[in-house]
Amino acid sequence: MSATAAKGPVAGPETGMATDKVLLSVEDLKLDLRDENGWVRVLDGVSFDIRPKETLGVVGESGCGKSMTALSIMQLLPPRSARTEGRINFAGRDLLSLSRRQMSRIRGRNISMIFQEPMSALDPVFTVGAQIRETVQCHFDVSKREADERAIDALDSVGIAAPRQVAQLYPMSLSGGMRQRVMIAMALVCEPDLIIADEPTTALDVTIQSQIMDLLLNLSQKRGTAILFITHNLALVSQNCDRMITMYGGQIIEGGPVSEVLARPLHPYTTGLLHSIPDAGRARGTLNAIPGRVPSLRAMPPGCRFEPRCPHATAHCTQAVALERIAERQIRCHRWQELAGSAAPMTAGAL
Amino acid sequence: MTDLNANGRNMARTTTPSPSVTPSRLAAFLRWLRSDLRAALALTYLLILVLAAVLAPLLAPYSPTDQNIMNMLAEPSAEHWLGTDDLGRDTLSRLMYGAGNALYAAGLAVGVAVVIGVPVGVFIGFVGGWIDEVVSRVIDAVLAFPPIVLAVAITGALGIGLTNAMLAVGFGFAPYLARTMRAQTLVVRGSLYVDAAVGFGASRFHLIRKHILPNAIQPVIVEVTLLLAVALLAEAGLSFLSLGVQAPEASWGGMLARAYSYIEIAPAQMYAPGFAILCTALAFNALGESIRVLLDPTVKRH
Repeated sequence: MSATAAKGPVAGPETGMATDKVLLSVEDLKLDLRDENGWVRVLDGVSFDIRPKETLGVVGESGCGKSMTALSIMQLLPPRSARTEGRINFAGRDLLSLSRRQMSRIRGRNISMIFQEPMSALDPVFTVGAQIRETVQCHFDVSKREADERAIDALDSVGIAAPRQVAQLYPMSLSGGMRQRVMIAMALVCEPDLIIADEPTTALDVTIQSQIMDLLLNLSQKRGTAILFITHNLALVSQNCDRMITMYGGQIIEGGPVSEVLARPLHPYTTGLLHSIPDAGRARGTLNAIPGRVPSLRAMPPGCRFEPRCPHATAHCTQAVALERIAERQIRCHRWQELAGSAAPMTAGAL
Repeated sequence: MTDLNANGRNMARTTTPSPSVTPSRLAAFLRWLRSDLRAALALTYLLILVLAAVLAPLLAPYSPTDQNIMNMLAEPSAEHWLGTDDLGRDTLSRLMYGAGNALYAAGLAVGVAVVIGVPVGVFIGFVGGWIDEVVSRVIDAVLAFPPIVLAVAITGALGIGLTNAMLAVGFGFAPYLARTMRAQTLVVRGSLYVDAAVGFGASRFHLIRKHILPNAIQPVIVEVTLLLAVALLAEAGLSFLSLGVQAPEASWGGMLARAYSYIEIAPAQMYAPGFAILCTALAFNALGESIRVLLDPTVKRH
């Protein structure tokens, strides 16, 4: 067992970690969204870093704020009904302080995003070649011919067999897997530093899923692109990511290197997620589920947000809990030390 | 790649190319006409009409304004294929010269409506907020007037004449297009590919020009063809009321008005301008319906 967590808890947030160059640093990100009932807090103090060439996985149930974190970084939320606070530092610039024009120069050029639904993320009335060309021409002062060539090269690099022909097709004549390849080509064509992949394989069937993941990771490794990989698939995280964070109810509740977090989860929620993965070898039996549902954003528990569903909750858990940093790991739980020391599943004797 | 669909199965768009052949818009257009008899007939009719209007000085057997008091309200004959009107003018010649006025009038009115309505609709749909609220209420207010009544009022203020009358009709049509365009813009703006385009760095101008307009314009194209028919009827109506084309120039509506006065003596005089208006309006409508089917990707064609 690695000894990183054995150095003991460090009270309060640690502001070190300056030794590594950081590409994207999200600090205390708060997001409020407005609906007909008024403003509601969707993200509450989200902080994480991504270093160059690193793959960071973000996991959690639907509605926990994964996608909202991505959209906040890209600033794709409508300004009238979304309010962002905190800092999002990207390569030395605070994205939240940039003008709309400055931000649109970064989008697609330095940070690009791959969406969950390849079926609807491409414009139906233009050929895919034209759409990739447009992206190139948005950011580089090149001729149409040159942009077309780069588009075809990009299609070639994502494993499309006849890129010159496919470039002339409309999205409707492509399958889901092909469309997601086209999206990846579009995301990579300007050679960004960071790709945000929001459940890029959820809408695809399983055989295509692994092809697409391999493709995305190989290409970004080759080009030194960092990836923020949003998913609810822990298997994909364990295979593909360097570090991971778990989100619940708009907060980060656990974070750290993938190998450590998955081997010895500290938060009961992460443990629950791990236990919920159906075991393919076991043909029958009940699926292990975490009881209850994610609480409504308007009715978040005052203390630990997982407390109503947590099997280890005590009276103390109804009080607010801060995110603690222990070396490489982060944890937001009142009882993590007790649980880690005693009968917590999978972690017995680890600390 | 094996997950490439068999292309050519869904030919919903004229420009869908096959992978091996370079796309040819003309070939696709001809294929469309072959598959859609209604569109072919409507386009052929309109082409003949345009030719008749343009070539009227060469083709028309008589001058449209030459009077012949000795041969008033004549029945169709070898000299006058469609007879003569109450001043002895050749009906066929007047019909051909009138075609030019009719097409000019319809084109002008719809052109004005497009130039005003489409940008306004896209703009308010895109910016939303209080600007959208205010402009939408203004549009509702203009829509409360029937376009023809509005046109009569505006023509009264601007001065009588075909151009003024049709500018007024166009102004009356603009809110319809603006409203359609606004609704479509809202739909398209909410689609994922627009967010994705922003995510790849598209500016707002680029977004409107390259993604919103091409996707939102399709129902407007159809509406335009329908409005062409309405504008044609508006021209006929306004000329019937002597607010449009002025005598002695030829206009279908004006011809109908004169024939109406002599309906008991020479009922046959009604038919020529009446059918011309009817057929042209039908042709515009048929074309609009065919374009609608063509642009609807859910309609499978073979």
